[in-house]
Amino acid sequence: MSTTSLTLPPREVEWSPSRGRVGMGALIAAEAAIFTIFVVAYLFYVGKSLSGPMPREVLSPPIFFTVCLLSSSLTIHFAARALRRGNVRSFGAWWLLTITLGGLFLYGTASEWHRLIYEKGLTISTNLFGTTYYSLVGLHGFHVVVGLVCLSTVMAFTLFGEVKQAHAERIDVLSLYWHFVDAVWIVVFAVVYVIGR
Amino acid sequence: MSTESIAWPSATAESRSFVDRLHDWIATVDHKRLGLLYIAYALVFLLIGGIEAILMRIQLIRPHNNFVSPQVFNRLFTMHGTTMIFFVVMPVMFGFANYLVPLMIGARDMAFPRLNAFSFWMTAFGGLLLYFSLVGANGLYGAGNAPDVGWFAYAPLTSQTFSLGHSTDFWTLALLVSGFGSIGTAINIIATILCMRCSGMTLSKMPLFAWLNLIMAGLVILAVSPLTAAQIMLLIDRYLGGHFFDTQAGGSAVIWMHFFWVFGHPEVYVLVIPAFAFASEIIPVFSRKPIFGYPVMVGATVAIGFISMSVWAHHMFTVGMSPAANTFFVISTMAIAVPTGIKIFNWLATMWGGKIEFKTPMLFCIAFLFQFLIAGLTGVMQAAAPFDWQLGNSYFVVAHFHYVIVGGILFTLFAAFYYWFPKMSGKMYSETLGKLHFWLFLIGFHLTFDFMHIPGLLGMPRRIYTYEPGRGWDTWNFIVTIGVFFQAAGILVFLGNLLWSYFRGKSAGSDPWDAWTLEWSTNSPPPAYNFYTIPTVQSRRPLWDLKHPDDPDWKYE
Repeated sequence: MSTTSLTLPPREVEWSPSRGRVGMGALIAAEAAIFTIFVVAYLFYVGKSLSGPMPREVLSPPIFFTVCLLSSSLTIHFAARALRRGNVRSFGAWWLLTITLGGLFLYGTASEWHRLIYEKGLTISTNLFGTTYYSLVGLHGFHVVVGLVCLSTVMAFTLFGEVKQAHAERIDVLSLYWHFVDAVWIVVFAVVYVIGR
Repeated sequence: MSTESIAWPSATAESRSFVDRLHDWIATVDHKRLGLLYIAYALVFLLIGGIEAILMRIQLIRPHNNFVSPQVFNRLFTMHGTTMIFFVVMPVMFGFANYLVPLMIGARDMAFPRLNAFSFWMTAFGGLLLYFSLVGANGLYGAGNAPDVGWFAYAPLTSQTFSLGHSTDFWTLALLVSGFGSIGTAINIIATILCMRCSGMTLSKMPLFAWLNLIMAGLVILAVSPLTAAQIMLLIDRYLGGHFFDTQAGGSAVIWMHFFWVFGHPEVYVLVIPAFAFASEIIPVFSRKPIFGYPVMVGATVAIGFISMSVWAHHMFTVGMSPAANTFFVISTMAIAVPTGIKIFNWLATMWGGKIEFKTPMLFCIAFLFQFLIAGLTGVMQAAAPFDWQLGNSYFVVAHFHYVIVGGILFTLFAAFYYWFPKMSGKMYSETLGKLHFWLFLIGFHLTFDFMHIPGLLGMPRRIYTYEPGRGWDTWNFIVTIGVFFQAAGILVFLGNLLWSYFRGKSAGSDPWDAWTLEWSTNSPPPAYNFYTIPTVQSRRPLWDLKHPDDPDWKYE
């Protein structure tokens, strides 16, 4: 970036947060607002479908895949900590585990959708439940996919030996996004599988 | 400053070919160039949106006029509203923020220059997408071209049944795409202001311009995102057969209104807070006094930001909400007038006892103070739900929000154009033409929007393409339309002034106003790196300290 390539005299700054963290924080706030609207729509339309299938008949909480996603928050935390300490091999291992857990979660969503569409006959246009369910879970799934693309890019760089301890700050920023995706799932899970069922 | 020793591309721009210079502009990540691109882009759309307004007013100049067809009239008011909000005022505000925030806080660029370029081009292509509907929206149905569902696009008018063809899709996609651009810019502004301030510039020493843009960016994050979500839902409804706003399948048309206005009302403050920012920089300089009540100004703006998130349903009193909801939104809407009133008193107190210089930017700011006050008062009138039941959806509402957007926002925007034009171009504008612009526009504005309240009170609904003679609306509509031509003349003088001054104007020097914020400490136009050495700041008026070492501000702050 143009601002960092110039060598500046060292300057005393009172308190200056990293712009990566602030930027990611602002992005997370925007994403949270988008999810809020979808969650509100879901809650508003709970029980308002005029025809079946109803949530109670077709949904079962994906406990195992939820555990996978939530524990990936832990593994990415360990990965980032390893990189801060300069242990690139350990970082790579934890990172790969994170991607695997995220991939497992996506597989869980995919198989659930497959079951709903082909066995239960629920699509996005079937009824209000279908519309709100697929759009909310799909919006979250989309964020998992974006996260996995980012994580896999970092993994590729790691395999080519390009990731160093100096990148720990950037990895931290990326892991913030992943934590957010996991946190949103707690809300989505509560809304779709607990309150909405 | 010894800037000559470094060969920057701009120094040799004259010798470069046109294609090279075009490439420089298209591939630029420099905050000043992107700021100018935003502003130029917004000016083009201002002309387009203005022409749409003129066509509508010609149609309404007398009863039973046949200047445009009803279908075209629907497209005109939809495109006018969408263009002016999303592709004129928002981009121009982002343009000024982009250009000025790094300069004012002593930074060399925004926090994320490439995100900045990305955001601009998203916004730009969003606008092109909206107008591409003129070519591409017919679809296989041979249905109408440009969007015609109104700028807030209520359901179920937007469903496939009632909006054949692709015009509504172009509207949705244009807002979705430019919304991503807006969110990107807002993230950038927040990160820039929080992380890139020069040494000594604590939050409490930041120029108010930076403070207010920080709050504006926060509002963009919280307001534009719901719009994005609502547009995604609309696309799901239209293309995947979803039922969000499909009342026949149990969906709700009212929830679209809620989602739209959850965006729509904070959006008003997204537009007006940068206008406040301009006034807060310009009024002190031309009153030769520091701003009155700096911390109160910041606090009032933060309060406006918070309250603006809880007033949206005052757009929906006529929908028929519960008495509890009506009461809540009446109270919150009236409450937001309090911090806004505080700001007006602060600006007045800044002028009080000052040595006021009536230069063009100051004239526009003074007009803004009066007009924004009236706009706020009609706002408080309509905040009373029973009054709104009578006047909702009438020309009174149209007059009220144009009083805010034209009388408040556009007037300060013109002030900002004249005030920072010497910095951006290095040339001085023509004061004579500037004053001519001011008076033409002031007369036109008051002819149009003062008199527009009256047919509203007499019951003239908005968005009608014509009306019966003899209802007492004829004369008022005639006067309103005449005012539009004064405004158009004013705009032409303004554009002529910009062009003439750019090519023929006198050199402005780095600090033509004897101002106090950091952007005036560097060359006009500023070099690509902004500051040869990063400045150090000790007070809210660093240039005052520099010019008056015997009596610096930091002794008193």
